[in-house]
Amino acid sequence: MMNSFAFNIPFVSIFLLMLAAIVTPLLPKRNRLPEKLSCCVVGLVAILSAWLLYSLTSYGQSLTFNYSMGHYPAPWGSELRAGPLEAVLALFFCVAMLLSLTGNFSSTAEDIAPDRRQIFCSLVNLLMASLLALTYTNDLFTAYIFVEINTIAACAIVAAKDDPEATRSTMRYMVISVTGSALIIFAICLLYELTGYLSMQHMNGAIRALVSAKSYLLPLSVALALMTVGLAIKSALYPFALWLPDVYVNLTNASGAILSGLVIKGHIFLLIKIFYRVFGLDLIHMLHMDTAIFILGLLSMIVGSVHALREMNIKRMVAWSSVAQVGYIFLGIGLNTSAGIAAACLHIIVHASVKTMLSTAAGGLSNAAGHKKGLHALMGTFYINRWAGLGLIAGAFSMMGIPAFAGFASKLSLTMASFDHSFIVWSLAGLAVSSVMNALYYVPAVIVVLTHNKEAREDFTASAPPTLYKVSMFVFLALNFYLGLFCVPLLRLITRGVNAL
Amino acid sequence: MNEDTKEILKKFFDWVVGNGPRPENEVVSPEPPPDLPFTQRPRDRYSRFREATLRERYNQWLELHGFHIFSILYSALSVLMCVVIVSLLLATVAELPPTLSTSQRPSPAHNEVIRRYVEHAPRETGAQNIVAGLLHRYRGFETFGESAVMFTSAVSVLMMLGASRRNKFNRELSPKDAASGRNFLQRGPPDEPILREAAPILIPVILMAGCAVIINGHISPGGGFAGGAILGMALILAANAYGFGRVHEFFDERAFVISTSTALIVYTLSCGYDFFTGANQLQTFIPNGTIGNILSGGLILPANICLGFMTAGTLYAFYVLFSEGDM
Repeated sequence: MMNSFAFNIPFVSIFLLMLAAIVTPLLPKRNRLPEKLSCCVVGLVAILSAWLLYSLTSYGQSLTFNYSMGHYPAPWGSELRAGPLEAVLALFFCVAMLLSLTGNFSSTAEDIAPDRRQIFCSLVNLLMASLLALTYTNDLFTAYIFVEINTIAACAIVAAKDDPEATRSTMRYMVISVTGSALIIFAICLLYELTGYLSMQHMNGAIRALVSAKSYLLPLSVALALMTVGLAIKSALYPFALWLPDVYVNLTNASGAILSGLVIKGHIFLLIKIFYRVFGLDLIHMLHMDTAIFILGLLSMIVGSVHALREMNIKRMVAWSSVAQVGYIFLGIGLNTSAGIAAACLHIIVHASVKTMLSTAAGGLSNAAGHKKGLHALMGTFYINRWAGLGLIAGAFSMMGIPAFAGFASKLSLTMASFDHSFIVWSLAGLAVSSVMNALYYVPAVIVVLTHNKEAREDFTASAPPTLYKVSMFVFLALNFYLGLFCVPLLRLITRGVNAL
Repeated sequence: MNEDTKEILKKFFDWVVGNGPRPENEVVSPEPPPDLPFTQRPRDRYSRFREATLRERYNQWLELHGFHIFSILYSALSVLMCVVIVSLLLATVAELPPTLSTSQRPSPAHNEVIRRYVEHAPRETGAQNIVAGLLHRYRGFETFGESAVMFTSAVSVLMMLGASRRNKFNRELSPKDAASGRNFLQRGPPDEPILREAAPILIPVILMAGCAVIINGHISPGGGFAGGAILGMALILAANAYGFGRVHEFFDERAFVISTSTALIVYTLSCGYDFFTGANQLQTFIPNGTIGNILSGGLILPANICLGFMTAGTLYAFYVLFSEGDM
């Protein structure tokens, strides 16, 4: 049996982050204490998650357990649930969050006023707590509460930069995101009315009974559709993704990395969990939701890339590329096999670490060019901030799927997963076209950054990047190569986790 | 391909690229000397009327009518979409199981979950009010999350609206304040004699009612959120009767942050104790007490008090931040 402290880690992680968030407004502002506290707590939670992962997997057979929050077991009280997949996602979310905080430590100080920075840190902690809760939850209503925290905190983080454009795009983001929340709560109400449970495994049993009795199929499919659309709005799948580029362009670097790298991933994993644990893959297939998700994913891959091709602003380009990458994840979910979902989970991890790196790098480069975001203004910035340049190149290669970079691993596993599926032609064609289009917009960006630009050198005011930036970028690059070169054990772990879901 | 088809194709091609019809008496320009560089050769041997290309004509048409057509299409599609969604949802609602369970059509929601809540909640939680027991004991994690939602929204609003505190007394005055030349803190109480006379009678009563609702939360309907809302109303009434400056003397932004965070820390720690002992199946040292007494229900009473403090502060903060833009 596993160590008794490791059993408490899911609860302790969420609890520590919540407590840190609540304490942060009381801290003194000097020495950037709130930000240091956030970094420490997120780092601590990362270590705890690694410990949990180690103790879950070190017994040969992978282990899952339920953790009841309070004195009453599942159908009455609420529960958390942890297995290898949850632990590995929590670990990577924490690492990506920590790196995007430390990497943008100095640019956050430039962009956000000190008064606001304290609350910004509190919101970052709340956001991280809600991400972990979405990862570990075993109860639909708990999931909704933390979706709500996630939405509010994400909106406030977007608005942290005191700038009218940022406020405008926040309003837009909030309206769209709240629509998504409304759809989700409506779906949960329908499911509760039909089953009488909120806990995921009990709900699954009740839904199986309903389906075998062939009763209430229409409300079930409407609930599934509402849930899927609600979560797709929040995770920026294509037809619902038009908010992302507008929001993204006005963000501080840290918020950008957190928003496109992490916030949308929590919702995608919740959707996977709901598909797998509440409805079950057979029912998803019976109601044709897998085909719908597959088509939307394919569309997102292509259209996101086409939009990215037309952008001249590096931040908007990165945002549209996020939409395309979310399409890859949904493509994997749409395959509706455990291999497909494992590939989707691997891509969640890869994209969380690569996109945070790309955002940090793009922010560093545009700061080096004097806060300009147009692609042409970035000419030659590689020679001012070499670490950011390296990050952009590695991130771009990873998004294109060059071997040895992180994106290759997940694209390879997506390809392998689609081999024994009837959609193989569509899936392979989509992957190929989208990869070529990724190259079409990332390669020019890399070339521009690498081109010498003697005239503009004098305009560039930025000095060398701070040590913390270099260290974070080094860890980002190391993580990227680790995911690209040694992904097989990780993929095996994820597959075990998916089978244990 | 016969000549007619060729002619039609050529006409169509001309129409697309914008070559006008050929003039009646076509002038063929003389053959250019062959040694002329390519760039200086005349572009077309025929002199033609230049017309707008298809694309230019489309753009002009779009500029003239585009917005109109877009708005018609947009509204038509919105109406269509709404009709589809509404009819789908109505069909869903018609198929839902009944709320009241009958023997012919049992309601799935009436299962062992509800039964245990209704039958055993007072005995298991020590709270006579089943809803309070449900919120704080069976579903404590969700209530904790809900209080975190409130905290998140409070600090978000504080960050977005109350950020001008460094130059609080010399910031730009809003149009409302510019007439008197004073900001909302220096402005005296509004000229509302009825309110000013009624406030000293009403405020103590409201405060008492709020406290009663909070403290009896586990016995009778009410609880932290409801009682806190009543307390917050007392603060808002005081601000309207005596001016924001008077309330600001004892409840400014710092006091708000300290009271909210402290209350929430206490609440979080008590929740954490409950979750930790519950999950590890440890014995708690907090007795449930006799059902119906004030000191019963374990940690529900302190939790309600903390939530009351937080809700009162948050509601007042929302009011003052949204109406005056600062706190």
